[in-house]
Amino acid sequence: MASQTILQKLEILADAAKYDASCASSGTAKKNSVGGKGIGSTEGMGICHAYAPDGRCISLLKILLTNHCVFDCHYCVNRKSSNVARARFTPQEVVDLTLAFYRRNYIEGLFLSSGIVKSSNHTMEQIVEVARILREEHDFRGYIHLKTIPEADAEIVHQAGLYADRVSINVELPTDSGLTRLAPDKDARQIEGAMGKVKADLVEAKDARKRFHHAPRFAPAGQSTQMIVGADAASDADIVGKASRLYDNFRLRRVYYSAFSPIPDASAVLPLKRPPLIREHRLYQSDWLMRFYGYKPTEVMQATEADGNLPLDIDPKLAWALKFREQFPLDVNCASREQLLRVPGLGVKAVNKIVASRRHRNLRLDDVALLTQSITKVRPFICTVDWRPITLTDRADLRSLLAPKTEQLELFAA
Amino acid sequence: MRSSRSLSGVKLGTYYVVHIPEPDDFDFWRERARGLIQCDVPPDRIAWVEPGGSGDLFAHGKRRMPVPPKDGPPVRANRRFVSLARNAALHSDPERFALLYRLLWRLQANPRIMEDKADLDVRKLEELDKNVRRDSHKMHAFVRFRLVEDEEGAEHYVAWFEPDHHILRANAGFFMRRFSNMRWSILTPRGSLHWDGETVAEGPPADRSDAPSGDPTEDLWRSYYASIFNPARLKIGAMLKEMPKKYWKNMPEAALIPDLVAGAQKRESAMVEKGTLEFEERPEALAAIDKAIHACCKCPIGQLDNHAVMGEGPQDAALMIVGEQPGDQEDQQGRPFVGPAGQLLDTHLEKVGIDRRAAYVTNTVKHFKYVQRGKRRIHQSPGAKEIDTCRWWIESERAIVQPKLILAMGASAARGMLGKTVSITKVRGEPIALEDGSELWVTAHPSYLLRLDGPAREEQARLFDTDLAAVKERLEELAG
Repeated sequence: MASQTILQKLEILADAAKYDASCASSGTAKKNSVGGKGIGSTEGMGICHAYAPDGRCISLLKILLTNHCVFDCHYCVNRKSSNVARARFTPQEVVDLTLAFYRRNYIEGLFLSSGIVKSSNHTMEQIVEVARILREEHDFRGYIHLKTIPEADAEIVHQAGLYADRVSINVELPTDSGLTRLAPDKDARQIEGAMGKVKADLVEAKDARKRFHHAPRFAPAGQSTQMIVGADAASDADIVGKASRLYDNFRLRRVYYSAFSPIPDASAVLPLKRPPLIREHRLYQSDWLMRFYGYKPTEVMQATEADGNLPLDIDPKLAWALKFREQFPLDVNCASREQLLRVPGLGVKAVNKIVASRRHRNLRLDDVALLTQSITKVRPFICTVDWRPITLTDRADLRSLLAPKTEQLELFAA
Repeated sequence: MRSSRSLSGVKLGTYYVVHIPEPDDFDFWRERARGLIQCDVPPDRIAWVEPGGSGDLFAHGKRRMPVPPKDGPPVRANRRFVSLARNAALHSDPERFALLYRLLWRLQANPRIMEDKADLDVRKLEELDKNVRRDSHKMHAFVRFRLVEDEEGAEHYVAWFEPDHHILRANAGFFMRRFSNMRWSILTPRGSLHWDGETVAEGPPADRSDAPSGDPTEDLWRSYYASIFNPARLKIGAMLKEMPKKYWKNMPEAALIPDLVAGAQKRESAMVEKGTLEFEERPEALAAIDKAIHACCKCPIGQLDNHAVMGEGPQDAALMIVGEQPGDQEDQQGRPFVGPAGQLLDTHLEKVGIDRRAAYVTNTVKHFKYVQRGKRRIHQSPGAKEIDTCRWWIESERAIVQPKLILAMGASAARGMLGKTVSITKVRGEPIALEDGSELWVTAHPSYLLRLDGPAREEQARLFDTDLAAVKERLEELAG
């Protein structure tokens, strides 16, 4: 172990962390290093400092403190029975790496997680120690996201929230039976209990800040969680239902969906086909429908097909519209904002533009075309001064007309 | 309204040429524009020229500005316009100042014009603003500092960046607030910024060769970039959309991209080729399992010189008895529980009155794991990973037979059912509910009894019988 260099450890512990989807660095309290002793700032908007060829943004230094683990969760590359190279950072090494990367403007901050060594409390203390050194010894004012261990004492988790911008606990699997089967050492009730405690801390800290200006902040970017998609038999309807319950019960900022990805040295309890990446994308779209488009979870579930899954070839909003064609076409010149948000192909921005512009003119199809990405997709569902879809809305082959054509992207073609 | 305004000093047919001193000098433009509006100079009578622009084309135009009337009407501009215009002024489009003036001119007649998103001028302004914001955002993201030490050994972080628009000065604040206790310089072809911890100094345009060529920390960063990339999910389009190739030349990690992509594609095709061995479709008949396990070599046990041993018994058995793995005898005969442990099991089953022929008897691991010692093959317990790998088959058997009760004998069988290792002494004698509605009972493996002697063996045999008797009783209840 002692012979491992920082570079080798970094390779192992970054590789081990890559199955966590979250990389957000936005939505935290504004702070900067003016007048301080160190470096760092967060100004509301997250910054993606690079993109990997998997299309994911690299915003934070996302690593594990160690990938040794006493748990044996089947979907996890770091499970006890997995035959992968192991490494362990000291808290100081993580601090040094974070600062070296931050000074060169590679990252917005740190996302630290860990396998569980010795005990849950010991592990959580080590994670908190990294944040403490960064914040207290180096006056670091960049973004810190700490993964908390559900089994650790509430007091240590609370300490994590005082240093971090965001804390998260992964629910891992959408159903309790999936968790029992694939993560035999984890306990759904304990995970939700820990999320409940974090929520209580968030509420309390917010309340305290209203009354005392100098009350300490607690995880100003809130808490988030992650669900693995496609590792168990849960359908999209199950997942959407679970996500909406989590949003309601724990005031989560985000639920991340991570398509189960074949991992090296996979446990054979996971002999499943890997889910198509597009499934993850469809779930994010349905998440957006609930958070920004005013769809109720039950309405998203209406968009699913007979097997409880969202269609892969078209987005959930279009799927919903095709099922409820009687609600269309809508007249863009008089329909309400809420109604327009249901038109496939119209995003929040486009709807806002339509609502603002129609005060000045009666919108024609060409005007709408200027305000949207693709008029072809929108056309069957709207009326304008000079356009009526007549029979187009009710055509049986509308779905195939609107489904995107598949094409292969070639980056390094000759 | 407009026609009644005085046209002091403005003659029809007069052109004006306004030279903007710096390409990002919005405030200068605003001053000039205000005066020109007050003098009622229409947009098509003004040429806005920035440094290095083609001012000569307008040689016939006047450089002296008209003097606005003292009691001239106030110039109206709403907040939305000013904030967009301030950004759009940084754009490299040479037409930007003319566009701003045209919109300002139109705003005087229609103060709410900014709301009309379908108006071409409004759209153009929004587009310029968006481009500039994107360029600034990419600058915050993609500037890469390199550490150099000056003569006195002080640390100095220097970056080379090539923005598309005139955004350098406008973004000094961001880097100041972020790196306020660090000495840094940002060099660009349009100018440079230097921060010493207290003030920002502006410098002339720089050349790439003025910036340092490397930094040892970049090795760490590159290895992080390569390691955090998940080759199982290549999405090149998504990467290119947010990190277009034009930025790559100044980012140390981007040099890795072609190899990472090629490697991932190779890995993907290797997985597809290997795919025949992957368990994908669950077999639907016992015969199909039997056939498949003989071909299985997903774990090292399957690669030894041995034969797979299939479970046996009625397909509708209410009781499934699960052992660890076939032994030497079982491997040779191709049937489960026919060796010494099997014979002992038969004795005890008979004693408590369970009919083995009515039960489905099988093993959690399908092949015999052993080490060769001379002519003898010595039994080896399967590892957790091997059990987990083989779980696929026992689960397939369970899905077909659908027993009401499963008796798992030994720790390996228990792991095969539960996915985790349990202690026999803690869980024996009590039913454990399984996900599919059946129940699991755990007891010791008969071979454990074989390894004991004297009172210890008697004690274990008694416990074994107790467990079997409880299973029998429960089976009768379930059947009842």
